[in-house]
Amino acid sequence: MPYTLKPDEGYDVDADTTTYLSEHVDTGDRWVLNFGPQHPATHTTLRLVLELDGERIARCTPHIGYLHSGFEKLGEHLDYNQYVSVVSRMNYLSPIANDICWHHAVETLFGIDITPRCKVLRTIMAELARIQDHLLCLGAAALDLGAFTGFLYGFNPREKIYDICDYISGQRFHPDWTRVGGAMKELPDEETFKRLVKNFIHDDLSVALKDLGGLLKRNRIFMDRTQGIGVINAEDATAWSLSGPIARASGVARDLRKDFPYLCYADNWDGQGAEAVKFKVPVATDGDVYTRFLVRFEEVLQSIKIIEQLIDDIPQGPLDVFADSKVSKPNKSDVYGSIEGLIQHFEIIMSNRGWEAPIAEAYGANETANGELGYYIVSDGGPRAWRARTRPPSFINYSTMAKLTEGHMLADVVAILGSLNVVAAELDR
Amino acid sequence: MATPTSPKLDHPTFAAVKAAFPSAKLRATEFRGQSTLIVEPGDAHAILAFLRDDAKTRYTFLSDVTGVDYLNYPTPMPGRFAVIYNLIAFDRDDRFFVKVFLDPSIPTNGTDEDPALYVDSVCDLWPGAEWTEREVFDMYGIRFRNHPDLRRILTWEAYPAHPLRKDYPLRGRGERESYKVVDRSTS
Repeated sequence: MPYTLKPDEGYDVDADTTTYLSEHVDTGDRWVLNFGPQHPATHTTLRLVLELDGERIARCTPHIGYLHSGFEKLGEHLDYNQYVSVVSRMNYLSPIANDICWHHAVETLFGIDITPRCKVLRTIMAELARIQDHLLCLGAAALDLGAFTGFLYGFNPREKIYDICDYISGQRFHPDWTRVGGAMKELPDEETFKRLVKNFIHDDLSVALKDLGGLLKRNRIFMDRTQGIGVINAEDATAWSLSGPIARASGVARDLRKDFPYLCYADNWDGQGAEAVKFKVPVATDGDVYTRFLVRFEEVLQSIKIIEQLIDDIPQGPLDVFADSKVSKPNKSDVYGSIEGLIQHFEIIMSNRGWEAPIAEAYGANETANGELGYYIVSDGGPRAWRARTRPPSFINYSTMAKLTEGHMLADVVAILGSLNVVAAELDR
Repeated sequence: MATPTSPKLDHPTFAAVKAAFPSAKLRATEFRGQSTLIVEPGDAHAILAFLRDDAKTRYTFLSDVTGVDYLNYPTPMPGRFAVIYNLIAFDRDDRFFVKVFLDPSIPTNGTDEDPALYVDSVCDLWPGAEWTEREVFDMYGIRFRNHPDLRRILTWEAYPAHPLRKDYPLRGRGERESYKVVDRSTS
C-alpha cells in the first residue's frame, strides 16, 4: 500500500488562512513520515501519514481501523444484557460509562423508567467514570510532552475507582455492571460503598488534583507547548460535529446532561419532585490544547460536587424495576422460592425466549468524558438488537485530526493527539 | 411488552418541511418522542440543507450518520437499506432524525459499485460527516456523491465484502483463514 492514500490536490496547508504559519516560508520540499501505528504516543494503534515540509506538517492523513473488531456486528448477535460486556470494551478508560449509556438506550427503547436508587447509583458511577477518564487524559497530556511525573499523579488515584468497580461488580476493569432495568446485583454493603467513594474523592483525588494542577496549570514549559496549538473555533467545532470537552473548550456550551437531561441530571428524577443535581458546565473560548486541559480539569471538580450531592442520600428501595415488568431478572431468593420468579428467570435466560421488545427504533445518548456517546438501536421485536449503532465520540472527534495538525510542528502532533483523548478501541470498534 | 401506541406526528419540523417542499414525497414516524422524517434519496440533500439553514428549524449540528440493513426485517420497510442522519438544533435542544431508504439493483454479496446505492454527501453542509459517511460506505456499500474522499475507513481497501450487511455472516466468509501471509521468505 502506498503511504499516501489520498488525492493529491487540495490538501496542502494554506499559509494565508493558517495563522500559525505566518512566519513560515514554504520550501516546496516535501517528505513523508509514517507515525504509528506502533508508537507510545499514539496511545494504542493509530497511524498518521505525515507529509512534512522540514518539520512543519503540510498534510496529515489519519489511517484507522487497526483495532476494528466488529463490535457493531456482534451487537446484532448478543442480547440486550450480553452486549454490555462488549460495549464496556469500547472506551476502556471509563468502561462503566459505556454500560450505563448502552442500557440507557435499551431502556429508552423499552420505555422503562428505572428506580430512583438505580438512578443515583448510576449517576455516581457515571461521574466516577468521567473522573477516571479525565485523570488519565490530564496525566497523559504531560506524559506525551515528556513529563512522566504528571502521568503518575493522574494514574495512581484511578486505581481507587477500579477498587470501587471491583466492590460493586466483582470486576475491576470491565464491570459490565448494568442490566436492563437495573444493575447486575445490589451493593454488597452500602456503608462500605459510601466510605470507598468518599475516601476516594476527599483523600486520594483531592491530593492528586492538587499535585497535577500545581505541576501543570501554570507550568511555563507545559503552557508553551500547548497554548495556541490545535486551535478550533466554535463555528468549526459545531460544523465538525465535535462534542464534549473539546467542543466546550472552543466555546460551544453544550452538555447533554443539561440539554437532554437523564438520570439524576433531570428534574423530578425520583417521581417525588427531587431537583436535578446542581453543577456548572465549564466552557472556555480559546479552543487550544491547553484550554481543553483546563476544561477537563474543571469538569473533574464539578463531578466531585455531583457525587457529594448524591452519596449521602442514596434512596432505599429496590434497585431493579419491578418484577412484573418482565424485563429484569428476579433475585435469587425469588427464583428458588417462588414459581413466578422461576418462570421469569427462565423467560429471560432461555435463548429462545428473552425480551419482547417493541418493533421500533430508539436512540439514547449520554454525556461521557469524551462527548456524546449514543446508541441507535433498531429492534425487530426479539431479544437482540437488529442494529446496534454506536455514536462514538472518539471517532468523530478524531476526524478533525488532519485539520487540527495543519501547519503545526511534528512535535505538536502528540500534544494534539493527547488532547483529543482518542481511545482506539472505541474509534475502530 | 405492550405494542407502542400510534406515533404522534406533531413535531413542528414535519410541517415546516412539508410547506417548503410541497412536491417531495415525505413520510414521518415517531417513537418515544423521537421524530423521524423519511425522504426520497434525491431530495435528501436539499431537505437537509433546508433543515440546517431555515430560521424555524436550525438543525446546525449533525450528530451522526449511520446505516441500517433491513433484509428480512419483520415489518415491511420502504427499502432494503437506510441512511439515518441524526440532527440537533442547539437553540431548542431538539433532536431530529432524517432517514433515506435505498434498494440495491445488483446482488449484495460483493463490493461492486451499485448505481442504485447512491446518496448525495452532506460533507458540504457539515464537514464532520466525512468519516461517518465513509463508515457507512465501508459497512454497507452505500456510496456518497461528491464526497471529498470516499475510501473505506475501518476495513482495508481490498476487503471483499461490506460486513454489516445482513447477508454477511457473523464469522465472515473465511477472510481470516485465507488471508495472504507475508513473511521474509516470500516478500
